[in-house]
Amino acid sequence: MAQGKLQAPFAPGGSTEIDAALAKRLLELALSAGGDYADLFFEYRAGADYVYEDERVKAVGRGITLGLGVRVTKGDATGYAYCEELTWEAMAEAARTAAQIAQSGQSHAPVDIRALTIPSFYPVGVPTLETLAPAKLELLRRGDRAARAYDPRIVKVSCSFAEELKEILIVTSDGKLARDRQPLMRYGVHAIAEDKGKRQGGSGGGGGRFGMEYFDAHPPEAHGKEAARVAVAMLDAVDAPAGSMEVVLGAGDSGILLHEAIGHGLEADFNRKQTSNYSGQLGKRVASELCTVVDDGTITHDRGAINVDDEGNPGRKNVLIENGILRAYMQDQLSCKHFGVEPSGNGRRQSFRHNPLPRMTNTALLAGPHDPEEIIKSVKRGVYAKRFSGGQVNISNGDFVFSLTESYLIEDGKVTAPLKGVNLIGNGPDVLTKVTMLGNDFQLSDGIWTCGKDGQSVPVGVGTPTVKIAAITVGGTKA
Amino acid sequence: MSTYAVEDLKRIAERACKLAKQHGADAAEALVQGGAELSTKIRLGEPELVQEAASRALGLRVFRERRAALTYTSDLSDAALDRFVAESVELAKLAEPDELNELPPRDQLATSLPDLELWDDAALSVDAKGALERCKKGEAAARAFSPKVTNSEGATYSRVVGASAFASSDGFCGGYRGTYQSLVVEPICDDADGKKRNGFWWTADRFLSRLQDPEEVGREAARRTVAKLGAEKIATGEMPVVFDPESGRALLRALFSVISGGAIYRKSSYLLDREGTSVASPLVTIVDDPLIPRGPGSRPYDGDGLASRKNVVVDAGTLKTYLFDVYSARKLGRQSNGCAGRGVGGAPHVTTSNFILQKGATRAEAIVGGVARGLYVTEMMGFGFNAVTGDFSRGAGGFLIENGKLGRPVSEITIGANFNDLWHGIDAVGDDLDLRSSTACPTFRVSKMMVAGR
Repeated sequence: MAQGKLQAPFAPGGSTEIDAALAKRLLELALSAGGDYADLFFEYRAGADYVYEDERVKAVGRGITLGLGVRVTKGDATGYAYCEELTWEAMAEAARTAAQIAQSGQSHAPVDIRALTIPSFYPVGVPTLETLAPAKLELLRRGDRAARAYDPRIVKVSCSFAEELKEILIVTSDGKLARDRQPLMRYGVHAIAEDKGKRQGGSGGGGGRFGMEYFDAHPPEAHGKEAARVAVAMLDAVDAPAGSMEVVLGAGDSGILLHEAIGHGLEADFNRKQTSNYSGQLGKRVASELCTVVDDGTITHDRGAINVDDEGNPGRKNVLIENGILRAYMQDQLSCKHFGVEPSGNGRRQSFRHNPLPRMTNTALLAGPHDPEEIIKSVKRGVYAKRFSGGQVNISNGDFVFSLTESYLIEDGKVTAPLKGVNLIGNGPDVLTKVTMLGNDFQLSDGIWTCGKDGQSVPVGVGTPTVKIAAITVGGTKA
Repeated sequence: MSTYAVEDLKRIAERACKLAKQHGADAAEALVQGGAELSTKIRLGEPELVQEAASRALGLRVFRERRAALTYTSDLSDAALDRFVAESVELAKLAEPDELNELPPRDQLATSLPDLELWDDAALSVDAKGALERCKKGEAAARAFSPKVTNSEGATYSRVVGASAFASSDGFCGGYRGTYQSLVVEPICDDADGKKRNGFWWTADRFLSRLQDPEEVGREAARRTVAKLGAEKIATGEMPVVFDPESGRALLRALFSVISGGAIYRKSSYLLDREGTSVASPLVTIVDDPLIPRGPGSRPYDGDGLASRKNVVVDAGTLKTYLFDVYSARKLGRQSNGCAGRGVGGAPHVTTSNFILQKGATRAEAIVGGVARGLYVTEMMGFGFNAVTGDFSRGAGGFLIENGKLGRPVSEITIGANFNDLWHGIDAVGDDLDLRSSTACPTFRVSKMMVAGR
């Protein structure tokens, strides 16, 4: 954990280097009980975090995990095992355990393994984790000072910086070998404002697969000010309305609605199992024709970008919905086989302890024709949603909710009073048919989102232009 | 060596503390956890997943001149541990001194550890084949329950056996081990208009013999799912809302988040300066009790090494105490009441053990019976709680209550209220408490909430 260049022990020249020949022997063991397919996922993750609270660096943390996950599939069934030591005995034991999913049949031999050439969507000179700590501590101080200086009503500020460097090696029984090095960092400020007995909180932050150069374009002062701005603005928040009404979603962070409302339903595992309400809808109209939705793992430096997915397929840009027509699902290895399609680069997993699933990367609703000001002007009475804390969807019926942390009333085409925290609830297939205006101001959200599915978390990105939805239920407390 | 042999883990934890002192730390604490998991899933009668693995990890906190570093590793070999500890002590130099950074007073540390019956030898008698068999029975019972069950997300059996050891350079060294297993069945029905309805039911316990039969779990899962067919929005309006024990638990979790010492010193709570005042209806009594034998959240000592104790948090509506770990208590000039949790990857923080809304005198059916028109909530979605102001708004689903009876299913609505009003508005607490989960409540009713729908 010393400063300096980090390297996985399984990398070329590492202390327990894994080469194609060794991987092939492990794959042979994994397939020895008759499995159709096997893969090895080696992972080395070094992480660090810094917490700044009450104007001091409260704690510094560091940690390293290392392991191998072995997966064997037979038909639609998966056997999975992992180990944390890269000794032959431990790795062979994991391979034999995973192999047991198949208990009969011919044993297949892995084909010859060739190293893939993969793209490079996040070239980073020096990962933040290999940068000396004092520079990072100074970023925390700067964010804290900016938040405090914003307004005398700011009474508490905390800042955090979390970073990791993940090195992976994937080897598959159909012959792929891919290595990747994935840097990831996230910076955040939380501020609390207090005035006349009222208190409110606000957050700002961002990040992605960057080195320290991230802060050239996004100085910590901007995040500190943003946290303080939200906290102070919300001091005057009034009770939000309840009921169905017009809602305008601000550009950028609103992509989280897209992620929940439609993204999850387009993950191929649910469609393979016919448990999504998008099952059997390929080629059909599922959204307003204004809507083109892509999942794009190739957006440079974005939080959800991947050079290679966790099954050894290069990251790609996939058009999911084109002018309202459903074009494709996001695939993993099992579902590709089921649908007879090419990999889409969406097979992802939280760590070597988890089997891969179809997951989103960076999901975006592309820009439309309208001027964002025109969109606001067109609303008689509704809600303007600016910042969100997260959302959730029920895949089966498409119902989703998402939580607004900064929103405003729209009255007669003007943004007016700030609203207390409130939820929007809707139905994915329904809400995308109600997109009546789409802004020309597409924005990516500054990388803060983490997506959870089946107990596995992966970093993702989202983006949208300003969006007008003709009717959606706003869960306020005022009739 | 077994990954969950307590004595082995204790030796490693003690060794790490000793090494930390040798490398120049003023004090150190080490947590070592080891465990093995088995998880199997059946879908439509066929195996979908068998996962088996064991793992171990160590988390270390060192103090040096009142500067703190928190580190973790899964490499517990002798040579690696020495290097890891040395680097951890070095890392502490980066932090800034905090006068509160010291070990808990020795006289507060747990001295004898109660046997809370957390381990069941029988848990290990289920192998992958046996686990798949249980899944198969559960899912088959759900699919046989009604022709309306048309699909399945499957049935999953999971078992965790694990051990934990905690040592400090002040001489504390404790450890314990536990078992826990669960079965969940998730059927799916096709509704009109191409919508699908999913539901689930589950059983879980530390003791294998106390699990519900797989068939019963499957049938209950199917009953709950079929009941959702035809769910729709209702008109926006204020009405009484009844929470069943599954959905009500989330309100208790949210309440915990505003009574933890961490939230109080960060001013992230609407319950700041409210100890000794009324925070809920007189029908509400909430305890945090780590000493319940066989309890899912039971523990013989807390994450700071302090003796476990039962805390009455809310007594007949009055907030008796916030929950503290050592750090948050010091920050607020108080004494810890033994509520620290700790994982290998982070700092100690305030947690609950078994956090329970005590049962009341009203039969659960009578709670619905007393409502002319209202909402019975069985599930909630999303994250709509502002801890600082207490504003609460979440997605919900359940059933309309009409003339004291459960009526048509309801979905795609939100329920909202300020938390202070919500907890004060509780006008009935049921007698149907069960302790399957570490946060638990019986059925209860809130006299009035805003329901947003059509």
